[in-house]
Amino acid sequence: MSLLSLDRIGLTLGDTPVLDDITLHVNAGEFVSILGPSGAGKSTLFRILTGALSPDRGTVHLNDAPLTTSSRAFAYLPQRDALLPWRRIIDNTTLGLEVQGMTRKDARARVAPLLGEFGLDGFARHYPAQLSGGMRQRAALLRTVVQDRPIQLLDEPFGALDALTRMTLQRWLETRWQTARWTTLLITHDVREAVALSDRIYVLSRRPARVIAEFTVTAPRPRLGRALPPDAVVQEADLLNTLLTQTGETQ
Amino acid sequence: MAYPSGPWADRARAALPALLSILAALALWEGYVHLSGISPLVLPAPSRVADQMAQNRALLWANTLPTLTATLSGFACSLSVAFLLSVLIDFAPRLRRALFPVFVISQTLPLVAIAPLVVLWFGFGLTPKILLVALVTFFPMLIALVDGYDSTEPEIMALLASLGASRARIFRTARLPSALPFFFAGLRISITYAVVAAIFAEYVGARSGLGIVILNAKNSFRPDLMLAAVVISSALTLCLFAATALIQAVVLRWRAP
Repeated sequence: MSLLSLDRIGLTLGDTPVLDDITLHVNAGEFVSILGPSGAGKSTLFRILTGALSPDRGTVHLNDAPLTTSSRAFAYLPQRDALLPWRRIIDNTTLGLEVQGMTRKDARARVAPLLGEFGLDGFARHYPAQLSGGMRQRAALLRTVVQDRPIQLLDEPFGALDALTRMTLQRWLETRWQTARWTTLLITHDVREAVALSDRIYVLSRRPARVIAEFTVTAPRPRLGRALPPDAVVQEADLLNTLLTQTGETQ
Repeated sequence: MAYPSGPWADRARAALPALLSILAALALWEGYVHLSGISPLVLPAPSRVADQMAQNRALLWANTLPTLTATLSGFACSLSVAFLLSVLIDFAPRLRRALFPVFVISQTLPLVAIAPLVVLWFGFGLTPKILLVALVTFFPMLIALVDGYDSTEPEIMALLASLGASRARIFRTARLPSALPFFFAGLRISITYAVVAAIFAEYVGARSGLGIVILNAKNSFRPDLMLAAVVISSALTLCLFAATALIQAVVLRWRAP
């Protein structure tokens, strides 16, 4: 039984068919990536999961029960960090808890011990504008994981960062994930990132999106910071080729 | 370091060019008046204006207070109404289409023609001044707030929606703070209009106020006293402008330096 399953999801926005036929599932404790060309409708899929959009066709099930807006199943990290510039870092990380009705004091007490783990020690009282891009993203991740929702939705969380910061954060996330095993659904268009972090990868076609391939990555973890085993390298090349057929830029 | 440093010294150095150009203009003016022998009934020298300010300080002070009262109460009224309406418009966007054309038209009415009518309808008391200050400042503040709410980052909206936040919660947590920089931009412009509107309202009919000092001085051919009152009204505007800038610096301290 899978924790989350999407069955034949289809959606047309205005006159544009965005999602054609999306069927996928996520098991508890699994890290699943959705890989697709830009503009494929990956973020739209997340908007369906968070309840901002309703699909025209298809069903979403959580623990074999239909997903409702009151399921509160997802902790969502948007493409940019979406930190509130007028809130201090500590109060940004507690935002989810506060919206759920926890008092600010309790929420702070809950989050404060985690700051160190997220590399934010000593920055609790800073404003987001005073932090580097990598730190902001870690604060946003902390805000996401403290909500204790069953599934994390990460929408290209490293897309806006410079290459070096991105690599540091990917390594950090891999380490953190290995201990915590958050059930995670990651959107990315970075093949290397998908192979490094995922248990399974779905590849989407260009718009209107269908699932055109599914890969299971078996390479042992940690995968970052050392050479990938040969079969994972082959997989990476396969994935890239599959993805390139969708951009119309194959030779 | 040969120069004093620190925020205040930096600020003083930044203000120096402006101070020098103002001083140069005053010196030219003073020189022209003395060399041309022009009558002080036409163009009084800056020194004479300063002299008038000193001599009439009691009169000027007594008339500055009513102007300040009119400005602040008119501005407070227009701010509260603008805020309430902006919230309503944010929650019911259709109101915007119904109301904005009316407000745009209100901004096209020439103050020169409207002010005497408002005084005719509401008398010489505080009411017509409040109304005229509000007429001038209300719409810019409303626009600043409504546009400010709309400037909220879509990603922040999506995040809060995913957290299960209610519409009211989203407004309080994200849309209202997002509007603050717009609000202060509007505030700094409107406060200068507010003083001008208050003085003009007094000019067309009042018992006291800087507008009345200017009117009386004009009628008794006293350009030196007129200019003295003008200097005071400028200084008043500058003080209010500085006060808003100060409040902004405190409230928006989260912005990148």
